[in-house]
Amino acid sequence: MLDHLLADLANAMGPDRARAEPLELALYARDAGVQAGAAAAVCFPRHADDVAAAVAAARRHGVPFVARGSGTGLAGGATPMEEPLVIVTTQMNRVLDIDVASRRAWVEPGVLNLDLSRAVAPYGLHYAPDPSSQQACTIGGNVATNAGGPHCLASGVTAAHVLAVDVVLPDATTARLGGLAPDTPGYDLRGVFVGSEGTMGIATKIAVRLQPNPPTVRTLLLDFTAIDDAAATVSAIIAAGVLPAALEMMDAEITRAVEDFVGAGYPRDADAVLLVELDGLADGVAADVAAVSDLAMAHGARNVRVAADEAERQLLWKGRKSAFGAIARIAPDYYLHDAVVPRTQLVTVLREVYAIADECALTMMNVFHAGDGNLHPLIVFDARVPGVWERVHEAGNRILTACIRAGGVLSGEHGVGLEKRDLMPLLFSPDDLALQGRLVDAFDPDGLANPAKVLPAGSRCGEIGRRPVPEGAWI
Amino acid sequence: MELREVAHEIGAPLRDGEHVVVTGAGTHDAVGNPTLATCTRLRVPSGIVTYEPADLTVRVWAGTPVRELQATLAEAGQEVPLDPRDPTATVGGVIACGLSGVRRLRHGPVRDAVLQVDAIDGQATLFKAGGPTVKNVTGYDVPRLLVGSFGTLAVMLQLILRCRPLPAASAWYRVSSPDLPGNLRTAMLRPAAILWDGRDAWVLAEGNEQDLAAEAEAAELGEPVDAAPPLPDAAHRGRISVDPAQLGALAIRLRAISGLRWLAEVGVGTVHVAADDATTLLAARTGAHECGAWMLREAGGDGCDGFGTALPHLDLARRVKAAFDPRGLLAPGRVPL
Ligand SMILES: Cc1cc2nc3c(=O)[nH]c(=O)nc-3n(C[C@H](O)[C@H](O)[C@H](O)COP(=O)(O)OP(=O)(O)OC[C@H]3O[C@@H](n4cnc5c(N)ncnc54)[C@H](O)[C@@H]3O)c2cc1C
Repeated sequence: MLDHLLADLANAMGPDRARAEPLELALYARDAGVQAGAAAAVCFPRHADDVAAAVAAARRHGVPFVARGSGTGLAGGATPMEEPLVIVTTQMNRVLDIDVASRRAWVEPGVLNLDLSRAVAPYGLHYAPDPSSQQACTIGGNVATNAGGPHCLASGVTAAHVLAVDVVLPDATTARLGGLAPDTPGYDLRGVFVGSEGTMGIATKIAVRLQPNPPTVRTLLLDFTAIDDAAATVSAIIAAGVLPAALEMMDAEITRAVEDFVGAGYPRDADAVLLVELDGLADGVAADVAAVSDLAMAHGARNVRVAADEAERQLLWKGRKSAFGAIARIAPDYYLHDAVVPRTQLVTVLREVYAIADECALTMMNVFHAGDGNLHPLIVFDARVPGVWERVHEAGNRILTACIRAGGVLSGEHGVGLEKRDLMPLLFSPDDLALQGRLVDAFDPDGLANPAKVLPAGSRCGEIGRRPVPEGAWI
Repeated sequence: MELREVAHEIGAPLRDGEHVVVTGAGTHDAVGNPTLATCTRLRVPSGIVTYEPADLTVRVWAGTPVRELQATLAEAGQEVPLDPRDPTATVGGVIACGLSGVRRLRHGPVRDAVLQVDAIDGQATLFKAGGPTVKNVTGYDVPRLLVGSFGTLAVMLQLILRCRPLPAASAWYRVSSPDLPGNLRTAMLRPAAILWDGRDAWVLAEGNEQDLAAEAEAAELGEPVDAAPPLPDAAHRGRISVDPAQLGALAIRLRAISGLRWLAEVGVGTVHVAADDATTLLAARTGAHECGAWMLREAGGDGCDGFGTALPHLDLARRVKAAFDPRGLLAPGRVPL
């Protein structure tokens, strides 16, 4: 069967576009998350036609398929389950059209997030969603996960920036979802495709909105001796009606780690720092800088540092964006969580999260999108220590449960994928999940598009009688 | 009353297999296609359930009039940028029809304001979709699908909406503009609206007061004017949705239709049209089609089709409909499936 599939793919896309050597397959066995799967084959389309041909071939041979961008996903979204064909979009990486006057661009799914912003920079424009992984992740992956980033606080996550998506549907036909006009007659299929993690089809071309670069940008580093004060400041800023472009928090451990790594001038003895960016027109920004500084001082900040120039501003951001590199120097392994709580609950939930890490005897750090309540508790450990995985898991589940109890949700930006699908009942009733199952079945009646993702086992029609997720697939 | 009780009560006709339609304030009944006259009319409660200003979120019953919601939010210096033509419209009605307001250029479409929906599907089953936080990717984005579904997928009971701080200052400006005022979009950072009727352009600026004045001066907008231009109103009305890059081409056609009044949202692509007779309104629709656009009927039209175009991806849309309402009981005919 595999030989026939490979032959079909080679036929449709050209020789050497599809492969199944064990070493190569191993590269595609997982994303940046922790669980591994196994692919039957991997292919590298260059055009939308190739993608349609790949999906058609997979269907003919009864093989499921999974779209993959750069594999930086953290929830196992691109991890191959049920031995699928992995369809890698990284060679579909052209920016097709930039319409400066209408402030939008058409791109192929494999364009890297940062490359898009670089391509439009000469026109004074940028693409707003800026995941910390923006140097590596693809726009297609961003669309599929509805990715966020520090600058999504004021401007919204990916869903607010996607105008249209050309897709290959799971039946191998093509469709344009959404469009360049503001509204499309009928149901917002584009809206539901965004964030569907590859289970409703494969994006082959995407129209995105671009934003004008603001003339004035100010970046502030607020330095606190108590993390509670920092969290209270976040709530106070939002409550005061200031909507920063970005509002990020780093706790004591991560601030020290980052400072040792990049020397951005972060205070090594702070209990927490906030990185606040305000942008817009000169007077409004000045008023906001004053308001944020006053609020910070009123909530016990030790110091407010306003970046004096662009170089200093870049340095402050370099610190934030190097957080993951810095961690690698502390412990060999880390597990990054993602959950959201209402902003008014930040103080309480943070306390609880640190208590959980203590009780599980784990080192935990937090570097996160505080402005929208999007926590990223990060557990660092050494996987070689016996029994540590069990503790990491226990802490993770307890943290998520605490967030949901505080009125939060399971994921703010990484998605559900494989990692959290069995936790979905924490948030949704069986009726809620059954409805979502029927919805995805409407797109993919045969359950061939990225199986075993998003919904817990048993939620879909197509999966009846199929292989379950293997136990102990953690590596 | 509790959500569950309300869901049970409202779901009774569905359990009996009756066709149903939600009636809010009735301000949007003529938008799109009419449903069956024999439908059982459902009423959804009104009122604010919870409001946490510091979270910038509000939970409301779908039957709440937009005006009432805005009044409560304004007390805390906030709003949800819904802006319906008639503020007595209910929140559920505006969301179900998916009609964005004229400040979409800055604030985005209504679908960006909906965070969570509690609703009953066509089988009278209560479900929740989305989540209460401002950022959330847990599960499929069902709330977006319900926006603009005209009540054919679910009966929305409660919604959690994203609020925004009210702007510190705002001002309308009016300038003469026989040509498409595309330059205004780039002359300002984030204007809230640029409206154009073929003669004049109106610009709404929001933000810091000094910034407004400075931007207005730089863009040569003159002094602020008292009020927004009224949306064109008449017995026969519609809204055209056009690729904003095609607005100039569309304007040429609309100008040629005598008796047609129109107001375009520059940079967005929504064009509000109104006429005293149905023929003129339908001429606007023809002009729209020639530019690859479409027109939603909002009022009048003498029995014309509400959408004037087949839905894209009809098979898929029908399967989505069946996932929510397999018996086709919710507002049959409202959307041309
Ligand atoms: C260090 C680090 C920092 C990160 N920071 C952030 C952050 O700040 N914000 C954030 O949101 N995420 C972040 N992530 C997660 C990740 O980068 C995002 O989820 C990103 O959107 C994934 O893009 P990708 O190209 O790597 O997609 P992949 O990992 O390859 O795939 C992700 C999902 O998308 C699907 N998919 C990919 N391409 C397509 C397509 N063309 N059509 C349909 N489905 C497709 C896959 O099947 C899979 O389900 C971070 C990850 C790392 C490692």
